[in-house]
Amino acid sequence: MELLVNGTMMHLSDNIKTVSDVIDYFTADRPAVVVEHNGNILTKESHSTVNIKDGDKIELVNFVGGG
Amino acid sequence: MEQRYSRQILFSPIGTEGQRKLRQTHLLIIGAGALGTSIAEMFTRAGAGKITIADRDYVEWSNLQRQQLYTEEDAQNRTPKAIALKEKLEAINRDVRIEAHVTDVTPRILEEFVGGVDLMLDATDNFDIRMVMNDISQKHSIPWIYGAVVGSYGISYTIIPGETPCLHCMMEQIPLGGLTCDTAGIISPIVQLVTAHQAAEGLKILTGNRDALREKLISFDLWSNQYSSIDVQRLKNDSCSSCGASPSYPFLDYENQTRTAVLCGRDTVQIRPSSKHKPDLKRTAEDLSPLGEVEQNPFLLSFSTDANRLVLFQDGRVLVHGTSDVSEARSLYHRYFG
Repeated sequence: MELLVNGTMMHLSDNIKTVSDVIDYFTADRPAVVVEHNGNILTKESHSTVNIKDGDKIELVNFVGGG
Repeated sequence: MEQRYSRQILFSPIGTEGQRKLRQTHLLIIGAGALGTSIAEMFTRAGAGKITIADRDYVEWSNLQRQQLYTEEDAQNRTPKAIALKEKLEAINRDVRIEAHVTDVTPRILEEFVGGVDLMLDATDNFDIRMVMNDISQKHSIPWIYGAVVGSYGISYTIIPGETPCLHCMMEQIPLGGLTCDTAGIISPIVQLVTAHQAAEGLKILTGNRDALREKLISFDLWSNQYSSIDVQRLKNDSCSSCGASPSYPFLDYENQTRTAVLCGRDTVQIRPSSKHKPDLKRTAEDLSPLGEVEQNPFLLSFSTDANRLVLFQDGRVLVHGTSDVSEARSLYHRYFG
């Protein structure tokens, strides 16, 4: 499956079905994340229920703490 | 004054009126590391009225690569960052009142600092204190601007009480470790990119240009060349315990919870004693000198043994260097400071 993640086209395994799977794939060690899916901001509760399909556009924003 | 600020006044959204407003403002910057020094310098040059700076740490050699204004002399003397920064800022613009506090910022202390403050700027290195800032911002209706960096990645968001989602809405809970201790290191340009966004948003707020606020959560990675700007308004949560309809400000109880903190990427643990008793640095130095090497300046005492270095501040806090293990740090603390 091809996804546009943070502006870069990426090839991901077809095992990745939901937004939660995408988050786990890219940010395993960073649980604090905001996700925009095809232009829509998602609440945390919907991460595991929103399915993704070929060509979707995902923005992942990690909250980091350094300063 | 006109000449000093002439180029900023020529910028029409600010103009004479915006400059006059800026002159009346009081900013609070929490943290005087990479983000804090950069933000403080910009607002000092821009002509803010008063800047209060709070930081718990002192200057080290590893800071000089990115923490602007600090010098080798500051690192040599282990000058507390707030003190070193105040000195540099006053040399840049004596018209700006700079108030420096060498302290760990707790809810109680932040409550004391926010009187008369128009804007809080986040230059901290951990989420514990950011969540406290977030609750204080909501409780006192003071905007604050989140900013953070790690590696080549940075993020910022402007939080306006009553309008935007707050940090608690967006994060829901404080992440457990891993995020702030930047084993990934950090490069200086990402600091400047984040502080440029924080300071621009701050200038808009303080010069009466709120209409120009960005209203987006932005993030960027200067190494992998990724830029993102997203509208998070939908995340504003009416049942949020920090900014919702019936707020309880849960993070203001923090004072009773956290007594130790592992400092960002430093192999260091901070211990903040519950007692408000201030230590006698001179006497402590005399007590410790038979046991190891003791160095002292007016603000702190540094005590080194073969394996560890402990630094005692005037406010009673101790930094235990050479460990990230909180219980080992506590044990060393109690061994030498009772």
